Amino acid sequence: MTSIFNKRNSIIFFVLLSLIFPAVVPNDYFLYLMTTAFIWVIAVSGLNILAGYTGYLSLAHAGFFAIGAYSLGLLTVKVEMNYWIAFVLTLGITSLSGLLVGLIALRTKEHFFAIYTLCVGYIIYLVIDKWEGLTGGVRGLIGIPTPANIGSLAFDSVHSQYYLVLFFMLLSLLIIYRIVHSLTGRTFIAIRNSEQLATTIGVSTMKNKLLAFVLSTFFAGMSGALYASVIRFIGPEIAYTSVMFDLLMYLLVGGIGTISGPIVGAIVIVWVSQQLQFLQEYRMLIFGPLLTLIIIFYPRGIVGAFISLKTRAQAKKRKVPIVNESLTPTQKQIEEG
Amino acid sequence: MYLETKQLTKKFGGLVAVNNVDFSIEKGKINAIIGPNGAGKSTFFNLISGFHPPTFGQVIFKGTDITTLPANQIAKLGISRTFQTTNLFEQATVLDNVMVGHRLRTESNLFDAIFRTKRLQREDKQCRDKAMEVLTFVGLQNITHKMITNISQEEKKRVAFALALATDPEIIFLDEPAAGVNPDETEGLAELMQKMVDYGLTVCLIEHKMQMVMKLAQKIMVLNYGEKIAEGTPDEIKNNEAVIKAYLGGSAIA
Amino acid sequence: MDILIQQLFNGLTIGSVYSLVALGLTLVYGILHIPNFAHGALYMMGGYMTFTMMTKFGFHYWLAILIAVVAVGLLGVLMERFVFHPLRNAPPLHDKIAAIGILLFLESFAQLVWGGDYLTMPTPYNQVVSIFGLTFTMQRLLIIIAAIVIMIALNLFLKKTFTGATIIAMSQNREGANLVGINTTKVAMLTFLISGGLAALASSLASPINLVFPGMGHLVILKAFVIIILGGMGSIPGAILGGYILGFSESLGATYISNDYKDIIAFILLVLILTIKPTGLFVKGGHT
Repeated sequence: MTSIFNKRNSIIFFVLLSLIFPAVVPNDYFLYLMTTAFIWVIAVSGLNILAGYTGYLSLAHAGFFAIGAYSLGLLTVKVEMNYWIAFVLTLGITSLSGLLVGLIALRTKEHFFAIYTLCVGYIIYLVIDKWEGLTGGVRGLIGIPTPANIGSLAFDSVHSQYYLVLFFMLLSLLIIYRIVHSLTGRTFIAIRNSEQLATTIGVSTMKNKLLAFVLSTFFAGMSGALYASVIRFIGPEIAYTSVMFDLLMYLLVGGIGTISGPIVGAIVIVWVSQQLQFLQEYRMLIFGPLLTLIIIFYPRGIVGAFISLKTRAQAKKRKVPIVNESLTPTQKQIEEG
Repeated sequence: MYLETKQLTKKFGGLVAVNNVDFSIEKGKINAIIGPNGAGKSTFFNLISGFHPPTFGQVIFKGTDITTLPANQIAKLGISRTFQTTNLFEQATVLDNVMVGHRLRTESNLFDAIFRTKRLQREDKQCRDKAMEVLTFVGLQNITHKMITNISQEEKKRVAFALALATDPEIIFLDEPAAGVNPDETEGLAELMQKMVDYGLTVCLIEHKMQMVMKLAQKIMVLNYGEKIAEGTPDEIKNNEAVIKAYLGGSAIA
Repeated sequence: MDILIQQLFNGLTIGSVYSLVALGLTLVYGILHIPNFAHGALYMMGGYMTFTMMTKFGFHYWLAILIAVVAVGLLGVLMERFVFHPLRNAPPLHDKIAAIGILLFLESFAQLVWGGDYLTMPTPYNQVVSIFGLTFTMQRLLIIIAAIVIMIALNLFLKKTFTGATIIAMSQNREGANLVGINTTKVAMLTFLISGGLAALASSLASPINLVFPGMGHLVILKAFVIIILGGMGSIPGAILGGYILGFSESLGATYISNDYKDIIAFILLVLILTIKPTGLFVKGGHT
C-alpha cells in the first residue's frame, strides 16, 4: 500500500515540477530545450510500445516521425488548412501509413524485421529528400505556423508552447500507461516474451503486433507534428538514421520496457548533450560506447537499474518474513489438497 | 471419438517426420505418446496444436475438422499445450505470467484499456481470479508474487501447467513435463496430472521416463521413425514385440 | 547499345564491391546469427586507413590496402571479443543495439580524426583504357579482377583448408561444432577478422572512384543487408550473386529509370522480396 502511495506522490511531484518549471528557469532557451525533450519523450514512448513491450525493434520510427512532421507542415503551409484539423489529419495519416507498413513488415521476424524497417525508414528519407516538388527536397519546408489559438489560448510564445507540449506528453503517457497496464498490454508483453507461447494461449499475435505497431506510429506522428510546429522548419534529415539512433538511445539509456524510461532517457540526454555542446558532432564518441555498455551491463537502462536496486533493498528488508512464510503449513495443504 | 488424427503426415523436405498416423485420444484419461528420440513425437504435437500445417491427413476434435485452424484458434476451442522448455517471463511475478493465460476468454480492447471501462475492470479481475484459481490448483498459491527468476525449476514447470490451465482447456498436451526435474518432483508432477484428470480434463503427454508413463497413462501410443508401431494399454505395450524391438534396437530408454 | 554495355560494365564494378561487403556480413551472420549493423563502419574505417597510409605515410596503394585490411580485421576481432561475445546469450535485440553503438562511435571517431570533408583517394591506376569501344579507368577493371581473385581465394580457404572447414561447420550447427571439439570462440574471432578485412578491401578498392567520408558506409551496409536477404542470410554464393544482381539493377536503373532514385532500387527490391517471402529467399532449412 505504501509503495502505491509513494508512486502516486512522486508522479504528483514531477507533474507539479513540470508545471512550475517555466517560472523557475532563468531563460527561454532552457524552456525551449525542455519543450523539445518532451517532444522526444512522446516519440520514444511510442517506440517503447513496440520495441519495449512487444519486442519488435522498428528502425523506421524516425521515418514515421518525419511523416508526421511533413504531413502537418504540408497541410498547413501548402494546403493552408486549419492547424488543428491538420493536426488530427496528421495523426490519421501516420497511423494509416503505419498500418500499411505494419501489415507487411510484421510478417517478418527479428533480424528481418529490423533490417526491413531500417530500409523502410531509408525509403521514407529518400522520398522526402528527392521529391522536391512536394517536400522542397533538401531546402526543407519553412514557415510552418505555430499551433492555432484554442479560444483565448494562444500558442505563439515559448511558454505557451511548453505547456501545450507538456499537455500532449502527459496525455500520451497516461494513455500508454493505461494500455500497458491493461489486458492489451499484458498481451503485448506475452508476445515479447515468447511469440510461440503467446499463440498457444490463444493470442492472435499478428493482430496484436499490428496494434502495437500502429500505436507506435501514432505517437511518432504526434511527436513529429509538434516538432514541426515548435521548430517551424523541417528538412529531410529528420527522417535520417541518425535521428532513429537518437531515439533508440533515449529509450535504451532511460530504460526499455518501462514507462518512465523514455522520460528519463530523453530529458537526461537532451540536457547532457546541451552541457557537452562543445563536442557537437563528436558527442557520439561518448554516447556510442555508452549505448553499447548499457546494453551489455544495464540492458534495462537507468530506470531498470534503479528498479532492481530498489527491489534488492526491499528483499533485504523483508528477508526474515519471507523465510517464515515458506515455513508456514501451506506446503502441507498443497499436498493434501 | 473425442480427438483423433487420420493419416496425419508431415514431411520436412525429403524427411518424413510423421507418417500416416491414426490416433485417438480418449476423453477423461491420461494418454501418452512415447518413442525413441527423433521419433516425431513433438512434431505430432505441433501438428495437433496448429504450429505446423500437416502435409496430409486430418485432425478432428469433437467432430470438427481443425486441421487448418491457426494455433490461437485451436487454443480457443479448449486445446492447450506446454513446451519442453518453459518460456516464462523471468522479470515478472508468477501471477503476472499466468494472468495473460485467460486473455483469450476476454474481450476488452484498446478502447477499454484507454478509458478503463467497467468491462476492462471486470475482465481484469476475471483473469486475476482465474490465475489464482489455477495457481492454487497446481499448488503455487503461496508464491504468486515471487519473481520467476527466484523460483525452482519444478515450480516453473507448475507455472507452465497453470498457464496452460488458465486458458480453460478441455484437453491439455504436455511435452515432456518431467524433463529436468528430480524423481521426487516427478512424483509430484505425476500426481498433478492425475489431479487434472480427476478434475475432468483430458491429458496427453509425451514422455521419456518410461516408468512414469507405464504407471500413469491409461492409453499409450508408440512412435518410431514417425510411424505408429503400437497403441494400447500399458500392459499391451509392455508385451508388444515391435515396441521391444524398436527400443532395444533404437536409443536407450531413460 | 554502347550505353548498355558501358552500364553492364559499371554494374560489374559496383556489384564486385557490394559482393565483397555482403560476403563479410553473411559470414558473420552465418556464424553468430547477428546482423552486424557496424559492418558499414568497418567499411568506412577501411577507406580512411588506406587513405591515410597513402597520403600521410606515402605507402604504395597495395601496401596501404594490406595494412588497412589487417587493421580493420583486428578491429572486427575486438568487436567480437568485447561486445558480441559477452552478449552471446542475450536476447537478439541486444546485439543489434550494441552494433549500432559501435557504428555511432566509429563514425564520430572518423569525423574527429579526419574531419567531415569528402576526400579523394589517389590511385596509381588512373589510366583510361579503351577496348571494343568501351572506355573505363584501370581502377574499375582492377576492382573487378581483385574481387574475383579474393572470392576464389576465400572459396579455396573455406573448402580446402581445415580452418575453413571449421567455419563452415560452425555456421551450419554451432552446438554440434562445439561438441565435436571445434573451438567456437576462435572461429568467431577468425570470422570477424575475415569479415573486417573484406570490408576494408572493398572500400579501399571502391574509394578511388567514389569518395571517402564518415557516412560512406551507410548506403553500402543497407544495400549489403538487402543483398544477403536476397541471397539467403548466411549463404556465401548468395552474397556474391546478390551483389552482382544489385550492381546490375542499379547501373541499369540509373540509366533507364532515374539517376536520382537509383539508390531506392535496392530497398524496393527488398520490400518486394520480404512482402512475398517474409523469411527471405533461399532460406536454409531448419533455421527460423
